Amino acid sequence: MKPEPIWFQPPPPPSRPPAAPGRPAAPPVEVVIDGQRATVPGGSTILDACRARGVDIPTLCFLPTLTPVNVCRVCVVEVTGSRVLVPACSRRVEPGMTISTESERVRVSRRMVLELLASSVDLSTAPGLHDMMTRYGAQPERYGPAAVPAAAGARDRREPGHHQAPDGARAETVAQPVKVDNDLYIRDYSKCVLCYKCVEACGVDAQNTFAIAVAGRGFDARISTEADVPLPDSACVYCGNCIGVCPTGALMFKREHDMRAAGTWDESKQRTTDTICPYCGVGCTLSLHVQDNRIVKVTSPADVSVTGGHLCIKGRFGFTFVEPPGKDSD
Amino acid sequence: MQWAELWASLDVGSDIALANAIGREIIAAGLEHREFIENATTGFDDYRRGVEPYTLAYAERETGVPADVIRTMAHEYARAPRAMICWTLGITEHHNAVDNVLALVNLSLLTGHVGRYGSGLNPLRGQNNVQGGGDMGALPDRLPGFQHVENDEFRSKFDRAWGVAVPPERGWHLSQMFEAMERGDLRALYVIGENPLQSEADQNHARHLLEGLDFLVAQDLFLTKTAELAHVVLPASAAWCESEGTVTNSERRVQRVRKAIEAPAGSRDDLTILFDLARRLGRNWGRPDAETIWNEVRRLSPMHAGMSYARLEKHGGLQWPCYDEEHPGELFLHSRLWERPLRGPRVAFVPVEHDPPVDRLDAEFPLRLTTGRRLDEYNTGVQSSAYHSPLRRGESLDVSPEDADRYGLSEGEVVRVRSRRGAVEVPVRLDEGLRPGLTFMTLHFPDDVATNVLTIDATDPKSGTAEFKATAIRIERLGV
Repeated sequence: MKPEPIWFQPPPPPSRPPAAPGRPAAPPVEVVIDGQRATVPGGSTILDACRARGVDIPTLCFLPTLTPVNVCRVCVVEVTGSRVLVPACSRRVEPGMTISTESERVRVSRRMVLELLASSVDLSTAPGLHDMMTRYGAQPERYGPAAVPAAAGARDRREPGHHQAPDGARAETVAQPVKVDNDLYIRDYSKCVLCYKCVEACGVDAQNTFAIAVAGRGFDARISTEADVPLPDSACVYCGNCIGVCPTGALMFKREHDMRAAGTWDESKQRTTDTICPYCGVGCTLSLHVQDNRIVKVTSPADVSVTGGHLCIKGRFGFTFVEPPGKDSD
Repeated sequence: MQWAELWASLDVGSDIALANAIGREIIAAGLEHREFIENATTGFDDYRRGVEPYTLAYAERETGVPADVIRTMAHEYARAPRAMICWTLGITEHHNAVDNVLALVNLSLLTGHVGRYGSGLNPLRGQNNVQGGGDMGALPDRLPGFQHVENDEFRSKFDRAWGVAVPPERGWHLSQMFEAMERGDLRALYVIGENPLQSEADQNHARHLLEGLDFLVAQDLFLTKTAELAHVVLPASAAWCESEGTVTNSERRVQRVRKAIEAPAGSRDDLTILFDLARRLGRNWGRPDAETIWNEVRRLSPMHAGMSYARLEKHGGLQWPCYDEEHPGELFLHSRLWERPLRGPRVAFVPVEHDPPVDRLDAEFPLRLTTGRRLDEYNTGVQSSAYHSPLRRGESLDVSPEDADRYGLSEGEVVRVRSRRGAVEVPVRLDEGLRPGLTFMTLHFPDDVATNVLTIDATDPKSGTAEFKATAIRIERLGV
């Protein structure tokens, strides 16, 4: 028998399990949150500090896995001595900071943001926003009935520059036809609140593909591929990480979109089971959303260490091999 | 490559020449980690002598990588506070696969880039449970937990637990099985979840051997080409969504897979099939239950002992080794090498020599073909062909623009690709990412283009892996 000195017997374990090196913690900071004195970890954001103490601040464009872009202004709070409201998601605590999370000024600002969004965007598949609107008494209908939707591609062709002031009788909207240009996912920019999450996930925060960015200015701003080409002509690699972070259903599995259109989408009949992707060795967690013994959508939990909720095209869309051939309508 | 600071675009199969030259340069510049070498390794002097002939000039000639790029790589790697070497099948699908890996191991020993947070050697696994398969003893010489079958102490533990005498000799790996078929020593084969007819190198030869078997059983989700040949097909359910169990990913993390949907009528999960088979063979193993079997693994494999289902659930998986229910699992391996005095045996440098691919390039077969995967596809396409990928464009022979010019090829033109073993017809695609002389194909569409008709079954004597990465080909224009 040939001896195999290196691996015949396993080596002894280390005297203690290896661990990541600790990071030096910044000294704690004294602040006042809604009139209460608090000692919070140095370097934390106002949002982290408040949420750790059970103070709820609503967010829209914020996700723990993405770099804050401060665009939605829903998380703004009042900081004594600051001329303007500050975004809690990215502003870091400073010694002696006095923070008001629900002052009248904060509430008015949040209500206004939500009303402007709700009057111009279709929020029918964004349940989280409805709760927020109730909380702040938002009344988007005061802007009047919705203006006529844009024709396909019309908003994408708008050029920067001065626009005619509207007459105020109708609420200007981002309504436009759904973009369906591939078999995997659809883009319904009538539902887009321009939170930038998809752009961040496509870019440096997850995929590094940079297939999409924000084009245009002001009310014409929209998410666009380069030169507004259809997805199959763009740099898109169909990881669907944009779908994973979209808070409004503007980006959606085509299967879900088709089922909603057919009236067969029924979340009360759906069950979600976590398992592991059947493809490569990374071991991403797949949350399989199953309705009537059929996988109707795949998501991934953001709190799993392996990929933080991000997937690739195979993990997100490559599940149909467990379905009977020919039944796959999409 | 788009994101790399340095791209060493080497000739396929010249990895050892490159690694040894890096090692030589590190030593020449005095950048080796002397404390680590002295206290945790053996054989450094032999290694130093072994890499002495691998000068930068020699390596540039053998690998095609400019000498200054190799020099920069050597210095940056040695000086980096943390450095990791990651590889996939480009290192291991060669006739000298194990030597390729050893050449990289030598570099990590030379620089102390092993056993520390953020440093190390990382063979990235290509399938969701290829790590777990080996961990569970699906290797010819190992019982579960990498316990060597020829070690009496380990084997007798399994003898007692299972009430049978485990054969004391190692078995055959895949390539040895095909050799045994050729000799007539292997007459029956039971294939679970693999499609060797289309995934083996030198496909015409593999088909001939499989067709010659007395008895072939295929257990699979699909009637694969291998299953079509089988005498008995056992329809299986999908392990990842139609049954319970665990898989182990590339970072040694044991993870739970769960049943989300009911399997199609007539198919059964792998456990039930195996339990039923045991029953027909006269052994009653009781009720097939994934957790019961996992707990048996925990009793017999010390490195899995601490991983109860409850803990796997709670921690989102655990990385082996995990010796008891208090153990957090090991974030990285080999940290013992940094304890002073050293815990356990030293690690040996193993000098290795450059040996170019078996399928030599010559005037008749002047181009190198290497095979691999594309993002949206997977292996022989059994799983991935079902979904409608917008990225899918079918099989192609990818060539550099320079070679396209040289042979007068245009995008989309169907050509005949011939190797010393066979020929296939396939459309040409231009790829600026390829260097002149190098071409690329996949095995994703074997029913359209049987790429493995071309590949060589020259295998590594230690690992049994075939040299899928290095085939000598020529391109024949049709109708010219």
